[in-house]
Amino acid sequence: MTASVSLGRQIDAVVIGASAGGVEALSVLLSAVPSGTKAAFFIVLHLPRDRPSMLAEIFARKCALPVREAEDKESVAPGTVYFAPSNYHLLVDQGPQLALSADELVHHSRPSIDVLFESAADVYGNRLLGVILTGANEDGAAGLAAVQEGGGITVVQQPETARSPQMILSALKLRPADKVLPLDGIAALFETLAPQGVPI
Amino acid sequence: MDAEVDSAPSATGKEFHIEMALLIDAIYRLYHYDFRGYAPASLRRRLKAAMVRFGCQSLSQLQDAVIHDPAMFPALLDFLTVQVSEMFRDPAYFRALRQRVVPLLRTYPSLKVWVAGCSAGEEAFSLAILLREEGLLANTLIYATDINPRSLQKAATGVYEVERIAGFTANHQRSGARSSLSDYYTAAYGRAVFDKSLKDHIVFSDHSLATDSVFAEVQLVSCRNVLIYFNRTLQDRALGLFGDALCHNGFLSIGSKESIRFSAHADQFTDFDRAEKIFQKRAAL
Repeated sequence: MTASVSLGRQIDAVVIGASAGGVEALSVLLSAVPSGTKAAFFIVLHLPRDRPSMLAEIFARKCALPVREAEDKESVAPGTVYFAPSNYHLLVDQGPQLALSADELVHHSRPSIDVLFESAADVYGNRLLGVILTGANEDGAAGLAAVQEGGGITVVQQPETARSPQMILSALKLRPADKVLPLDGIAALFETLAPQGVPI
Repeated sequence: MDAEVDSAPSATGKEFHIEMALLIDAIYRLYHYDFRGYAPASLRRRLKAAMVRFGCQSLSQLQDAVIHDPAMFPALLDFLTVQVSEMFRDPAYFRALRQRVVPLLRTYPSLKVWVAGCSAGEEAFSLAILLREEGLLANTLIYATDINPRSLQKAATGVYEVERIAGFTANHQRSGARSSLSDYYTAAYGRAVFDKSLKDHIVFSDHSLATDSVFAEVQLVSCRNVLIYFNRTLQDRALGLFGDALCHNGFLSIGSKESIRFSAHADQFTDFDRAEKIFQKRAAL
């Protein structure tokens, strides 16, 4: 299928939530993000809470943008990929600025996708793109709905192409997404985030 | 399937922020609790949970209730201050404390420790147990402070649900334990009651990092996963208090993902254990 990849508006931030199978899916997507992309990326990938996350190191090699683990009260730099650290919720605050929280687990998860998406929807409104990928729980459904209520664009991975479709199906059950795409369709969407006419 | 292009920004977000500022101001004026320097994103989430709990459709409704029904305020305060902790959270931190900080703490004839934002007391009891194991508790006084009186009351009982003990025990073992956690509590009726011999060395008291000042000179300040709920201005105030409270070469511990680098007081401290976020106050220049 050829994805219609026009977003038709400026996107300042992309939030991505993934769980089981997420490392493989993110490898495809983050490799596709062109250098020169101005949007900031915030990512929650569920991992065991009792050890440090290595995600920033792993994906730094695969992505044209700088990839970092989010730090508390850090100002958001455009064109940067931020991963939530292990055992903390990641929130976006006014500024935009990053904030962490050690509040209770949400859907048995910390970091939780809902917590990230709801806070980002509040800050970015209709300049936000929310993406739910493969996963085997229900985290992210309420968050993606919040992105849509804030005027943002919502995308889910095509469930048949996901290693674990449950998270996507939960999101779709709560609220139809604006786009349902296989990974290469989402990758194509990300390629449009870089400003047109960037000198090569 | 294309997204409907709608340029209207989220109006509900803006209204919520206005209502939040009004509620926080009302709480400050009426009850003298100052949340004005709290990070808005977490506060917003907690207030949304409070709205559900109290059956309010809007924050203005919640404000109406809290202004006219003082009996409701303590319950709301629980939502605003809830801190989720566990004993020996981040065992590697306690191991670093044991291996690297304790040898220096031994050089003092007596110790004072400040656990700032102690919530239900898990961190204070963990430190008491660690210092007991290292033979230092007998000459130690731990000040455990919080703004929530109900948390302080709960902390002072030293009672935890027995279901939490397995997690506490696993953490304790990974912290380089020299004893068994079960040496320090008695389990009965689904609860574990920690020993009076630990509590005798802990003073639980009301103190606000937003509005109160320093009350003692201490050798160690532990304030882990509290600063993340503050904005940079309030973080700066808290770090100033810690700098004033610490003796020269005293130690400050913060949460594993917290930072002092945005603070004007950062140059008062040097990295002591970078990975475990333990800082040392510089000696006088």
